[in-house]
Amino acid sequence: MTIKHWTPPQFSLRFVHVWRRNLLVWRRLAIPSMLGNLADPLLYMFGLGYGLGRMLDDVGGMSYIGFLAAGIVCSSTMMSASFEAMYSGFSRMHVQKTWDAILNAPLTLDDVMLGELVWAASKSFLSGCAVLIVATVLGLVPSPLALAVIPLIFLTGLAFSGLGLIMTALSPSYDFFMYYFTLCVTPMMLLCGVFFPLDQLPAAAQAVAQLLPLTHAVSLARPLVAGEIPPTWLLNIAVLAAYAVVSFYIALALTRRRLLQ
Amino acid sequence: MNAPPLTASGLRKFYGAHEVVCGVDFALRPGECFGLLGPNGAGKTTTLRLCLGLTEPDAGDISVLGRPVPQQAREARLRIGVVPQFDNLDPDFTIRENLLIFGRYFGTSDHELNARIPDLLDFAGLASRADTRIQTLSGGMKRRLTLARALINDPELVFLDEPTTGLDPQARHVIWERLRQLLKRGKTLLLTTHFMEEAERLCSRVAIMDHGRIIAEGGPRALIAQHIEPQVVEVYGEIAPDWAERFGRSHAERCEITGETIFCYTHDPAPLIADLDGRSDLRYLHRRASLEDVFLKLTGRELRD
Repeated sequence: MTIKHWTPPQFSLRFVHVWRRNLLVWRRLAIPSMLGNLADPLLYMFGLGYGLGRMLDDVGGMSYIGFLAAGIVCSSTMMSASFEAMYSGFSRMHVQKTWDAILNAPLTLDDVMLGELVWAASKSFLSGCAVLIVATVLGLVPSPLALAVIPLIFLTGLAFSGLGLIMTALSPSYDFFMYYFTLCVTPMMLLCGVFFPLDQLPAAAQAVAQLLPLTHAVSLARPLVAGEIPPTWLLNIAVLAAYAVVSFYIALALTRRRLLQ
Repeated sequence: MNAPPLTASGLRKFYGAHEVVCGVDFALRPGECFGLLGPNGAGKTTTLRLCLGLTEPDAGDISVLGRPVPQQAREARLRIGVVPQFDNLDPDFTIRENLLIFGRYFGTSDHELNARIPDLLDFAGLASRADTRIQTLSGGMKRRLTLARALINDPELVFLDEPTTGLDPQARHVIWERLRQLLKRGKTLLLTTHFMEEAERLCSRVAIMDHGRIIAEGGPRALIAQHIEPQVVEVYGEIAPDWAERFGRSHAERCEITGETIFCYTHDPAPLIADLDGRSDLRYLHRRASLEDVFLKLTGRELRD
Protein backbone atom coordinates (compact mmCIF):
# COMPACT_ATOMS: atom_id res chain seq x y z
CA MET A 1 0.00 0.00 0.00
CA THR A 2 1.21 3.48 -0.74
CA ILE A 3 -0.10 6.87 0.26
CA LYS A 4 -1.70 7.20 -3.20
CA HIS A 5 -4.11 4.37 -2.50
CA TRP A 6 -5.47 6.34 0.45
CA THR A 7 -6.28 9.60 -1.37
CA PRO A 8 -9.78 10.71 -0.40
CA PRO A 9 -12.42 9.34 -2.77
CA GLN A 10 -13.95 11.53 -5.45
CA PHE A 11 -17.40 10.39 -6.43
CA SER A 12 -19.58 11.33 -9.36
CA LEU A 13 -23.29 10.72 -9.78
CA ARG A 14 -22.41 8.16 -12.45
CA PHE A 15 -22.22 5.60 -9.63
CA VAL A 16 -25.99 5.38 -10.11
CA HIS A 17 -25.46 3.61 -13.44
CA VAL A 18 -23.49 0.85 -11.71
CA TRP A 19 -26.37 0.45 -9.26
CA ARG A 20 -28.90 0.40 -12.12
CA ARG A 21 -26.91 -2.23 -13.99
CA ASN A 22 -27.03 -4.53 -10.99
CA LEU A 23 -30.71 -3.80 -10.47
CA LEU A 24 -31.45 -4.84 -14.06
CA VAL A 25 -29.69 -8.17 -13.57
CA TRP A 26 -31.48 -8.72 -10.27
CA ARG A 27 -34.91 -7.94 -11.74
CA ARG A 28 -34.60 -10.98 -14.00
CA LEU A 29 -34.26 -13.22 -10.96
CA ALA A 30 -36.13 -11.11 -8.42
CA ILE A 31 -38.75 -13.64 -7.32
CA PRO A 32 -36.49 -16.68 -6.77
CA SER A 33 -33.89 -14.39 -5.25
CA MET A 34 -36.33 -12.88 -2.76
CA LEU A 35 -37.75 -16.29 -1.84
CA GLY A 36 -34.23 -17.63 -1.35
CA ASN A 37 -33.34 -14.68 0.84
CA LEU A 38 -36.48 -15.09 2.92
CA ALA A 39 -36.42 -18.85 3.39
CA ASP A 40 -33.39 -18.98 5.65
CA PRO A 41 -34.38 -16.25 8.15
CA LEU A 42 -37.98 -17.44 8.28
CA LEU A 43 -36.87 -20.99 9.05
CA TYR A 44 -34.87 -19.68 11.99
CA MET A 45 -37.72 -17.51 13.13
CA PHE A 46 -40.39 -20.19 12.99
CA GLY A 47 -38.22 -23.14 13.95
CA LEU A 48 -36.59 -21.55 16.96
CA GLY A 49 -39.34 -19.02 17.68
CA TYR A 50 -42.16 -21.54 18.00
CA GLY A 51 -40.13 -24.64 18.85
CA LEU A 52 -37.83 -23.19 21.47
CA GLY A 53 -40.29 -20.43 22.35
CA ARG A 54 -42.77 -22.97 23.81
CA MET A 55 -40.28 -23.76 26.56
CA LEU A 56 -39.64 -20.13 27.49
CA ASP A 57 -42.10 -17.86 29.27
CA ASP A 58 -40.69 -14.61 28.14
CA VAL A 59 -37.32 -13.37 26.95
CA GLY A 60 -36.36 -9.77 27.62
CA GLY A 61 -39.98 -9.00 28.50
CA MET A 62 -41.58 -10.37 25.32
CA SER A 63 -42.49 -13.66 23.64
CA TYR A 64 -39.44 -15.49 22.32
CA ILE A 65 -40.58 -15.25 18.72
CA GLY A 66 -41.13 -11.54 19.14
CA PHE A 67 -37.66 -11.25 20.65
CA LEU A 68 -36.19 -13.28 17.82
CA ALA A 69 -37.95 -11.33 15.04
CA ALA A 70 -35.95 -8.12 15.61
CA GLY A 71 -32.69 -10.10 15.72
CA ILE A 72 -33.48 -11.98 12.52
CA VAL A 73 -34.28 -8.74 10.69
CA CYS A 74 -30.71 -7.63 11.45
CA SER A 75 -28.97 -10.96 10.82
CA SER A 76 -30.70 -11.49 7.46
CA THR A 77 -29.63 -7.98 6.46
CA MET A 78 -26.06 -8.89 7.40
CA MET A 79 -26.19 -12.15 5.43
CA SER A 80 -27.67 -10.63 2.34
CA ALA A 81 -25.23 -7.69 2.25
CA SER A 82 -22.25 -9.97 2.85
CA PHE A 83 -23.22 -12.41 0.09
CA GLU A 84 -23.85 -9.66 -2.43
CA ALA A 85 -20.68 -7.69 -1.69
CA MET A 86 -18.50 -10.81 -1.68
CA TYR A 87 -19.74 -13.52 -4.05
CA SER A 88 -21.56 -11.30 -6.55
CA GLY A 89 -19.05 -8.46 -6.23
CA PHE A 90 -16.16 -10.85 -6.83
CA SER A 91 -17.92 -12.24 -9.92
CA ARG A 92 -18.26 -8.77 -11.36
CA MET A 93 -14.76 -7.65 -10.40
CA HIS A 94 -12.68 -10.73 -11.08
CA VAL A 95 -14.58 -13.35 -13.07
CA GLN A 96 -16.67 -11.36 -15.55
CA LYS A 97 -14.38 -8.30 -15.53
CA THR A 98 -17.47 -6.10 -15.50
CA TRP A 99 -15.62 -3.44 -13.51
CA ASP A 100 -12.78 -3.36 -16.05
CA ALA A 101 -15.30 -2.65 -18.80
CA ILE A 102 -16.93 0.13 -16.76
CA LEU A 103 -13.56 1.72 -16.00
CA ASN A 104 -13.03 2.28 -19.73
CA ALA A 105 -16.11 4.52 -19.65
CA PRO A 106 -15.96 7.89 -17.85
CA LEU A 107 -16.36 6.29 -14.42
CA THR A 108 -13.64 5.93 -11.82
CA LEU A 109 -13.05 3.01 -9.50
CA ASP A 110 -14.44 5.24 -6.72
CA ASP A 111 -17.75 5.45 -8.59
CA VAL A 112 -17.83 1.70 -9.25
CA MET A 113 -17.17 0.88 -5.60
CA LEU A 114 -19.78 3.35 -4.37
CA GLY A 115 -22.29 1.83 -6.80
CA GLU A 116 -21.49 -1.65 -5.50
CA LEU A 117 -21.70 -0.54 -1.85
CA VAL A 118 -25.10 1.10 -2.29
CA TRP A 119 -26.33 -1.81 -4.41
CA ALA A 120 -25.38 -4.47 -1.85
CA ALA A 121 -26.97 -2.34 0.87
CA SER A 122 -30.11 -1.96 -1.26
CA LYS A 123 -30.40 -5.68 -1.78
CA SER A 124 -29.95 -6.39 1.91
CA PHE A 125 -32.51 -3.67 2.62
CA LEU A 126 -35.09 -5.71 0.72
CA SER A 127 -34.18 -8.84 2.69
CA GLY A 128 -34.38 -7.08 6.04
CA CYS A 129 -37.66 -5.37 5.14
CA ALA A 130 -39.17 -8.66 3.93
CA VAL A 131 -38.53 -10.24 7.34
CA LEU A 132 -39.93 -7.15 9.06
CA ILE A 133 -43.09 -7.35 6.95
CA VAL A 134 -43.58 -11.04 7.73
CA ALA A 135 -43.12 -10.33 11.43
CA THR A 136 -45.67 -7.50 11.21
CA VAL A 137 -48.20 -9.74 9.46
CA LEU A 138 -47.73 -12.30 12.25
CA GLY A 139 -48.56 -9.59 14.80
CA LEU A 140 -45.08 -9.57 16.29
CA VAL A 141 -44.56 -5.84 15.75
CA PRO A 142 -46.85 -3.99 18.14
CA SER A 143 -45.62 -0.41 17.68
CA PRO A 144 -45.45 2.04 14.78
CA LEU A 145 -42.06 2.99 16.17
CA ALA A 146 -40.89 -0.04 14.20
CA LEU A 147 -41.00 2.18 11.11
CA ALA A 148 -37.70 3.59 12.34
CA VAL A 149 -36.22 0.14 11.76
CA ILE A 150 -36.50 0.70 8.00
CA PRO A 151 -33.67 3.27 7.69
CA LEU A 152 -31.73 1.28 10.29
CA ILE A 153 -31.84 -1.75 7.96
CA PHE A 154 -30.23 0.29 5.20
CA LEU A 155 -27.50 1.60 7.52
CA THR A 156 -26.83 -1.96 8.71
CA GLY A 157 -26.63 -3.03 5.06
CA LEU A 158 -24.05 -0.32 4.33
CA ALA A 159 -21.87 -1.42 7.25
CA PHE A 160 -21.82 -5.08 6.19
CA SER A 161 -21.45 -4.26 2.50
CA GLY A 162 -18.34 -2.24 3.30
CA LEU A 163 -16.89 -5.13 5.30
CA GLY A 164 -17.75 -7.56 2.50
CA LEU A 165 -16.04 -5.36 -0.08
CA ILE A 166 -12.83 -5.48 1.99
CA MET A 167 -12.88 -9.27 1.70
CA THR A 168 -13.62 -9.03 -2.02
CA ALA A 169 -10.63 -6.74 -2.51
CA LEU A 170 -8.37 -9.27 -0.77
CA SER A 171 -9.82 -12.46 -2.18
CA PRO A 172 -7.92 -14.71 -4.60
CA SER A 173 -10.99 -16.93 -5.17
CA TYR A 174 -14.51 -17.70 -3.96
CA ASP A 175 -13.18 -20.14 -1.36
CA PHE A 176 -11.61 -17.28 0.57
CA PHE A 177 -15.04 -16.01 1.64
CA MET A 178 -15.60 -19.10 3.78
CA TYR A 179 -13.01 -17.77 6.24
CA TYR A 180 -15.01 -14.60 6.71
CA PHE A 181 -18.24 -16.51 7.21
CA THR A 182 -16.66 -18.94 9.68
CA LEU A 183 -14.57 -16.41 11.57
CA CYS A 184 -16.81 -13.33 11.50
CA VAL A 185 -20.38 -13.86 10.32
CA THR A 186 -21.23 -17.00 12.30
CA PRO A 187 -19.69 -15.69 15.56
CA MET A 188 -21.69 -12.49 15.14
CA MET A 189 -24.88 -14.49 14.60
CA LEU A 190 -24.27 -16.17 17.94
CA LEU A 191 -22.67 -13.42 20.04
CA CYS A 192 -24.56 -10.26 19.12
CA GLY A 193 -27.91 -10.86 20.76
CA VAL A 194 -29.84 -12.27 17.83
CA PHE A 195 -30.94 -15.48 19.57
CA PHE A 196 -30.61 -14.59 23.26
CA PRO A 197 -30.02 -11.44 25.36
CA LEU A 198 -26.41 -10.32 25.53
CA ASP A 199 -26.43 -10.37 29.34
CA GLN A 200 -26.46 -14.17 29.23
CA LEU A 201 -22.84 -14.05 28.06
CA PRO A 202 -19.75 -13.86 30.30
CA ALA A 203 -18.52 -10.29 30.80
CA ALA A 204 -15.53 -10.72 28.51
CA ALA A 205 -17.71 -11.96 25.65
CA GLN A 206 -20.11 -9.08 26.24
CA ALA A 207 -17.23 -6.63 25.92
CA VAL A 208 -16.17 -8.21 22.63
CA ALA A 209 -19.76 -8.15 21.40
CA GLN A 210 -19.89 -4.41 22.00
CA LEU A 211 -17.21 -4.00 19.33
CA LEU A 212 -19.20 -5.85 16.67
CA PRO A 213 -21.58 -4.04 14.32
CA LEU A 214 -24.39 -6.59 14.53
CA THR A 215 -24.71 -5.95 18.29
CA HIS A 216 -25.46 -2.30 17.60
CA ALA A 217 -27.99 -3.09 14.89
CA VAL A 218 -29.84 -5.47 17.23
CA SER A 219 -29.63 -2.97 20.11
CA LEU A 220 -31.51 -0.50 17.95
CA ALA A 221 -33.98 -2.84 16.25
CA ARG A 222 -35.25 -4.77 19.24
CA PRO A 223 -36.55 -1.86 21.37
CA LEU A 224 -37.97 -0.16 18.28
CA VAL A 225 -39.95 -3.26 17.31
CA ALA A 226 -41.26 -3.44 20.89
CA GLY A 227 -42.20 0.24 20.85
CA GLU A 228 -39.40 1.74 22.92
CA ILE A 229 -36.72 4.30 22.18
CA PRO A 230 -33.37 2.46 22.25
CA PRO A 231 -31.46 3.70 25.32
CA THR A 232 -28.10 4.07 23.56
CA TRP A 233 -29.38 4.98 20.10
CA LEU A 234 -26.85 7.67 19.38
CA LEU A 235 -23.90 5.41 20.17
CA ASN A 236 -25.41 2.52 18.20
CA ILE A 237 -26.00 4.65 15.12
CA ALA A 238 -22.51 6.17 15.39
CA VAL A 239 -20.88 2.73 15.55
CA LEU A 240 -22.79 1.44 12.52
CA ALA A 241 -22.04 4.60 10.54
CA ALA A 242 -18.36 4.37 11.49
CA TYR A 243 -18.24 0.73 10.35
CA ALA A 244 -19.83 1.73 7.03
CA VAL A 245 -17.50 4.67 6.35
CA VAL A 246 -14.24 3.17 7.60
CA SER A 247 -14.74 -0.26 6.04
CA PHE A 248 -15.67 1.29 2.71
CA TYR A 249 -12.58 3.50 2.78
CA ILE A 250 -10.35 0.51 3.50
CA ALA A 251 -12.08 -1.54 0.78
CA LEU A 252 -11.55 1.31 -1.68
CA ALA A 253 -7.84 1.62 -0.91
CA LEU A 254 -7.35 -2.16 -1.20
CA THR A 255 -9.26 -2.32 -4.47
CA ARG A 256 -7.27 0.60 -5.91
CA ARG A 257 -4.12 -1.33 -5.09
CA ARG A 258 -5.52 -4.44 -6.73
CA LEU A 259 -6.95 -2.95 -9.93
CA LEU A 260 -5.21 0.34 -10.69
CA GLN A 261 -1.72 -1.06 -11.18
CA MET B 1 -8.86 18.26 -35.83
CA ASN B 2 -5.36 19.72 -36.15
CA ALA B 3 -4.05 19.11 -32.66
CA PRO B 4 -2.68 15.58 -32.12
CA PRO B 5 -5.41 13.40 -30.61
CA LEU B 6 -2.86 11.88 -28.26
CA THR B 7 0.66 12.76 -27.20
CA ALA B 8 2.78 10.91 -24.69
CA SER B 9 6.20 12.15 -23.70
CA GLY B 10 8.78 10.72 -21.37
CA LEU B 11 6.39 8.09 -20.00
CA ARG B 12 7.82 5.86 -17.31
CA LYS B 13 6.16 3.27 -15.13
CA PHE B 14 7.62 1.02 -12.45
CA TYR B 15 6.09 -2.08 -10.90
CA GLY B 16 8.13 -2.32 -7.76
CA ALA B 17 11.74 -2.11 -8.87
CA HIS B 18 10.92 -3.35 -12.38
CA GLU B 19 10.57 -0.61 -14.98
CA VAL B 20 7.94 -1.72 -17.51
CA VAL B 21 7.72 1.53 -19.47
CA CYS B 22 11.07 3.29 -19.75
CA GLY B 23 10.73 6.68 -21.39
CA VAL B 24 8.16 6.29 -24.16
CA ASP B 25 7.34 9.17 -26.55
CA PHE B 26 4.80 9.09 -29.33
CA ALA B 27 2.03 11.19 -30.85
CA LEU B 28 -0.96 10.25 -32.97
CA ARG B 29 -2.04 12.21 -36.04
CA PRO B 30 -5.74 12.84 -36.57
CA GLY B 31 -7.42 10.13 -38.62
CA GLU B 32 -4.53 7.67 -38.69
CA CYS B 33 -4.17 4.15 -37.42
CA PHE B 34 -1.08 4.01 -35.22
CA GLY B 35 0.26 0.60 -34.24
CA LEU B 36 2.13 -0.23 -31.05
CA LEU B 37 3.92 -3.47 -31.80
CA GLY B 38 5.94 -5.58 -29.47
CA PRO B 39 6.42 -9.05 -28.04
CA ASN B 40 4.48 -10.12 -24.95
CA GLY B 41 5.58 -8.11 -21.97
CA ALA B 42 6.98 -5.23 -24.04
CA GLY B 43 4.80 -2.71 -22.19
CA LYS B 44 2.09 -2.16 -24.82
CA THR B 45 -0.92 -2.77 -22.58
CA THR B 46 0.61 -0.75 -19.75
CA THR B 47 1.11 2.13 -22.19
CA LEU B 48 -2.57 1.96 -23.15
CA ARG B 49 -3.63 1.88 -19.50
CA LEU B 50 -1.48 4.93 -18.85
CA CYS B 51 -3.12 6.78 -21.76
CA LEU B 52 -6.58 5.91 -20.39
CA GLY B 53 -5.66 7.18 -16.93
CA LEU B 54 -6.23 3.74 -15.37
CA THR B 55 -2.82 3.86 -13.78
CA GLU B 56 -0.57 6.81 -13.03
CA PRO B 57 2.81 7.23 -14.71
CA ASP B 58 5.87 7.61 -12.49
CA ALA B 59 7.13 10.25 -14.91
CA GLY B 60 6.06 11.87 -18.15
CA ASP B 61 3.11 13.72 -19.63
CA ILE B 62 0.06 12.48 -21.48
CA SER B 63 -2.50 14.54 -23.31
CA VAL B 64 -5.54 12.90 -24.87
CA LEU B 65 -8.00 14.92 -26.97
CA GLY B 66 -6.74 18.09 -25.36
CA ARG B 67 -7.10 16.77 -21.80
CA PRO B 68 -4.19 16.11 -19.47
CA VAL B 69 -4.23 12.50 -18.28
CA PRO B 70 -4.60 11.20 -15.58
CA GLN B 71 -5.82 14.56 -14.15
CA GLN B 72 -8.78 14.79 -16.54
CA ALA B 73 -8.95 11.15 -17.60
CA ARG B 74 -12.69 11.01 -16.98
CA GLU B 75 -13.34 13.82 -19.49
CA ALA B 76 -10.91 12.25 -21.97
CA ARG B 77 -12.60 8.85 -21.72
CA LEU B 78 -15.93 10.42 -22.60
CA ARG B 79 -14.62 10.67 -26.19
CA ILE B 80 -12.55 7.45 -26.33
CA GLY B 81 -13.70 3.96 -27.28
CA VAL B 82 -11.86 0.93 -25.94
CA VAL B 83 -11.68 -2.62 -27.28
CA PRO B 84 -9.89 -4.51 -24.48
CA GLN B 85 -7.63 -7.48 -24.99
CA PHE B 86 -10.03 -9.88 -23.26
CA ASP B 87 -13.76 -9.75 -23.83
CA ASN B 88 -15.59 -8.34 -20.84
CA LEU B 89 -19.10 -8.24 -22.23
CA ASP B 90 -21.86 -8.57 -19.69
CA PRO B 91 -23.00 -12.23 -19.68
CA ASP B 92 -26.26 -11.38 -17.93
CA PHE B 93 -27.50 -9.28 -20.83
CA THR B 94 -28.52 -9.59 -24.45
CA ILE B 95 -26.57 -8.01 -27.29
CA ARG B 96 -28.82 -4.95 -27.35
CA GLU B 97 -28.73 -4.56 -23.56
CA ASN B 98 -24.94 -4.75 -23.56
CA LEU B 99 -24.88 -1.70 -25.81
CA LEU B 100 -27.61 0.14 -23.90
CA ILE B 101 -26.16 -0.44 -20.42
CA PHE B 102 -22.67 0.51 -21.54
CA GLY B 103 -23.96 3.67 -23.22
CA ARG B 104 -25.58 4.76 -19.95
CA TYR B 105 -22.15 4.89 -18.32
CA PHE B 106 -21.43 7.84 -20.61
CA GLY B 107 -24.48 9.66 -19.34
CA THR B 108 -26.26 9.35 -22.69
CA SER B 109 -30.07 9.19 -22.52
CA ASP B 110 -31.84 5.92 -23.34
CA HIS B 111 -33.69 7.73 -26.11
CA GLU B 112 -30.43 8.74 -27.80
CA LEU B 113 -28.90 5.30 -27.24
CA ASN B 114 -31.89 3.50 -28.72
CA ALA B 115 -31.49 5.68 -31.78
CA ARG B 116 -27.79 4.76 -32.13
CA ILE B 117 -28.02 1.03 -31.41
CA PRO B 118 -29.55 -0.16 -34.75
CA ASP B 119 -26.63 1.33 -36.72
CA LEU B 120 -24.11 -0.26 -34.38
CA LEU B 121 -25.84 -3.63 -34.67
CA ASP B 122 -25.66 -3.34 -38.46
CA PHE B 123 -22.01 -2.35 -38.25
CA ALA B 124 -21.30 -5.44 -36.14
CA GLY B 125 -23.44 -7.68 -38.37
CA LEU B 126 -25.53 -8.64 -35.36
CA ALA B 127 -28.85 -6.98 -36.17
CA SER B 128 -30.70 -10.29 -36.51
CA ARG B 129 -29.49 -11.47 -33.09
CA ALA B 130 -30.06 -8.30 -31.09
CA ASP B 131 -32.04 -10.04 -28.38
CA THR B 132 -29.76 -13.05 -27.98
CA ARG B 133 -27.86 -13.61 -24.76
CA ILE B 134 -24.16 -13.28 -25.35
CA GLN B 135 -23.20 -16.73 -24.01
CA THR B 136 -24.34 -18.26 -27.29
CA LEU B 137 -22.13 -16.05 -29.49
CA SER B 138 -18.95 -17.19 -31.24
CA GLY B 139 -15.60 -15.56 -30.52
CA GLY B 140 -15.84 -13.46 -33.68
CA MET B 141 -19.33 -12.21 -32.84
CA LYS B 142 -18.23 -11.26 -29.34
CA ARG B 143 -15.30 -9.27 -30.74
CA ARG B 144 -17.62 -7.49 -33.18
CA LEU B 145 -19.99 -6.67 -30.34
CA THR B 146 -17.08 -5.42 -28.25
CA LEU B 147 -16.08 -3.18 -31.15
CA ALA B 148 -19.65 -1.91 -31.51
CA ARG B 149 -19.77 -1.28 -27.75
CA ALA B 150 -16.59 0.79 -28.01
CA LEU B 151 -18.41 3.02 -30.52
CA ILE B 152 -21.53 3.62 -28.41
CA ASN B 153 -20.29 7.09 -27.39
CA ASP B 154 -19.32 7.99 -30.99
CA PRO B 155 -15.66 8.37 -29.95
CA GLU B 156 -13.04 10.36 -31.82
CA LEU B 157 -10.28 8.03 -30.74
CA VAL B 158 -10.49 4.24 -30.43
CA PHE B 159 -7.99 2.09 -28.49
CA LEU B 160 -7.74 -1.51 -29.66
CA ASP B 161 -5.68 -3.89 -27.54
CA GLU B 162 -4.89 -6.96 -29.67
CA PRO B 163 -8.34 -6.91 -31.23
CA THR B 164 -8.00 -10.07 -33.35
CA THR B 165 -6.06 -12.37 -31.00
CA GLY B 166 -7.70 -15.78 -30.94
CA LEU B 167 -9.95 -15.22 -33.97
CA ASP B 168 -10.13 -17.43 -37.05
CA PRO B 169 -9.05 -15.89 -40.39
CA GLN B 170 -12.61 -15.13 -41.51
CA ALA B 171 -13.44 -13.30 -38.30
CA ARG B 172 -10.11 -11.47 -38.39
CA HIS B 173 -10.71 -10.19 -41.92
CA VAL B 174 -14.15 -8.93 -40.93
CA ILE B 175 -12.64 -6.98 -38.03
CA TRP B 176 -9.97 -5.49 -40.32
CA GLU B 177 -12.64 -4.42 -42.78
CA ARG B 178 -14.64 -2.74 -40.00
CA LEU B 179 -11.56 -0.92 -38.76
CA ARG B 180 -10.96 0.43 -42.26
CA GLN B 181 -14.54 1.73 -42.26
CA LEU B 182 -13.79 3.57 -39.03
CA LEU B 183 -10.72 5.16 -40.57
CA LYS B 184 -12.85 6.28 -43.52
CA ARG B 185 -15.18 7.98 -41.07
CA GLY B 186 -12.24 9.95 -39.73
CA LYS B 187 -11.68 8.12 -36.43
CA THR B 188 -8.17 7.89 -35.05
CA LEU B 189 -7.12 4.38 -34.02
CA LEU B 190 -4.43 3.27 -31.59
CA LEU B 191 -3.83 -0.44 -32.11
CA THR B 192 -1.60 -2.81 -30.19
CA THR B 193 -0.84 -6.13 -31.81
CA HIS B 194 1.81 -8.73 -32.28
CA PHE B 195 0.42 -9.71 -35.68
CA MET B 196 2.70 -7.90 -38.09
CA GLU B 197 0.38 -8.65 -40.97
CA GLU B 198 -2.38 -6.81 -39.15
CA ALA B 199 -0.17 -3.80 -38.57
CA GLU B 200 1.02 -3.75 -42.18
CA ARG B 201 -2.54 -3.84 -43.49
CA LEU B 202 -4.04 -1.24 -41.17
CA CYS B 203 -1.44 1.12 -39.79
CA SER B 204 -0.11 4.22 -41.47
CA ARG B 205 2.61 4.34 -38.80
CA VAL B 206 3.89 1.89 -36.25
CA ALA B 207 6.17 1.98 -33.23
CA ILE B 208 8.00 -1.19 -32.26
CA MET B 209 8.32 -1.56 -28.49
CA ASP B 210 10.58 -3.88 -26.59
CA HIS B 211 11.51 -3.98 -22.89
CA GLY B 212 9.47 -0.82 -22.29
CA ARG B 213 11.13 1.30 -24.99
CA ILE B 214 10.19 2.31 -28.52
CA ILE B 215 13.06 0.99 -30.62
CA ALA B 216 11.80 1.97 -34.08
CA GLU B 217 9.03 4.15 -35.44
CA GLY B 218 7.70 4.98 -38.92
CA GLY B 219 5.50 3.80 -41.78
CA PRO B 220 5.56 0.01 -42.30
CA ARG B 221 7.15 0.26 -45.80
CA ALA B 222 9.65 2.86 -44.61
CA LEU B 223 10.68 0.71 -41.65
CA ILE B 224 11.21 -2.26 -43.95
CA ALA B 225 13.31 -0.15 -46.32
CA GLN B 226 15.29 1.33 -43.47
CA HIS B 227 16.05 -1.77 -41.44
CA ILE B 228 16.15 -4.71 -43.76
CA GLU B 229 17.08 -6.02 -47.21
CA PRO B 230 14.06 -6.06 -49.52
CA GLN B 231 14.05 -9.75 -50.56
CA VAL B 232 13.84 -12.86 -48.42
CA VAL B 233 14.54 -16.46 -49.38
CA GLU B 234 13.47 -18.97 -46.72
CA VAL B 235 15.15 -22.36 -47.05
CA TYR B 236 13.91 -25.50 -45.28
CA GLY B 237 15.43 -28.94 -44.89
CA GLU B 238 17.75 -31.11 -42.82
CA ILE B 239 20.85 -29.95 -44.66
CA ALA B 240 19.77 -26.29 -44.74
CA PRO B 241 22.25 -25.15 -42.02
CA ASP B 242 25.01 -26.86 -43.93
CA TRP B 243 23.88 -25.22 -47.19
CA ALA B 244 23.86 -21.84 -45.45
CA GLU B 245 27.47 -22.19 -44.37
CA ARG B 246 28.70 -23.37 -47.76
CA PHE B 247 26.58 -21.25 -50.10
CA GLY B 248 23.94 -19.08 -48.46
CA ARG B 249 26.17 -16.83 -46.40
CA SER B 250 28.39 -15.93 -49.29
CA HIS B 251 25.48 -15.11 -51.63
CA ALA B 252 23.11 -13.25 -49.27
CA GLU B 253 23.80 -10.10 -47.26
CA ARG B 254 22.54 -11.73 -44.09
CA CYS B 255 21.46 -15.24 -43.04
CA GLU B 256 19.53 -16.14 -39.89
CA ILE B 257 19.34 -19.75 -38.82
CA THR B 258 16.60 -21.17 -36.58
CA GLY B 259 16.68 -24.93 -36.39
CA GLU B 260 16.33 -26.27 -39.93
CA THR B 261 15.09 -23.00 -41.43
CA ILE B 262 17.35 -20.40 -42.97
CA PHE B 263 16.24 -16.83 -43.64
CA CYS B 264 18.42 -15.22 -46.32
CA TYR B 265 18.05 -11.44 -46.60
CA THR B 266 19.30 -9.91 -49.83
CA HIS B 267 18.90 -7.27 -52.53
CA ASP B 268 19.46 -9.82 -55.28
CA PRO B 269 17.90 -13.25 -54.78
CA ALA B 270 18.79 -14.56 -58.27
CA PRO B 271 21.95 -16.54 -57.37
CA LEU B 272 20.23 -18.16 -54.38
CA ILE B 273 17.23 -19.18 -56.44
CA ALA B 274 19.40 -20.47 -59.28
CA ASP B 275 21.15 -22.78 -56.83
CA LEU B 276 17.99 -23.89 -55.01
CA ASP B 277 15.76 -24.40 -58.04
CA GLY B 278 17.05 -27.73 -59.17
CA ARG B 279 17.48 -29.30 -55.75
CA SER B 280 15.32 -32.03 -54.25
CA ASP B 281 16.91 -31.97 -50.75
CA LEU B 282 15.90 -28.36 -49.96
CA ARG B 283 12.60 -26.52 -50.26
CA TYR B 284 12.47 -22.74 -50.45
CA LEU B 285 10.14 -19.75 -50.47
CA HIS B 286 10.99 -16.45 -52.07
CA ARG B 287 9.07 -13.38 -50.85
CA ARG B 288 9.34 -9.66 -50.19
CA ALA B 289 10.63 -8.59 -46.81
CA SER B 290 7.82 -7.85 -44.36
CA LEU B 291 7.35 -5.96 -41.15
CA GLU B 292 7.70 -9.27 -39.32
CA ASP B 293 11.29 -9.52 -40.56
CA VAL B 294 12.01 -6.06 -39.20
CA PHE B 295 10.31 -6.98 -35.93
CA LEU B 296 12.33 -10.17 -35.53
CA LYS B 297 15.56 -8.42 -36.45
CA LEU B 298 14.98 -5.72 -33.85
CA THR B 299 13.48 -7.80 -31.02
CA GLY B 300 15.29 -11.09 -31.60
CA ARG B 301 13.97 -14.58 -32.18
CA GLU B 302 14.09 -15.96 -28.65
CA LEU B 303 10.80 -16.82 -26.93
CA ARG B 304 9.06 -14.29 -24.69
CA ASP B 305 6.96 -15.94 -22.01
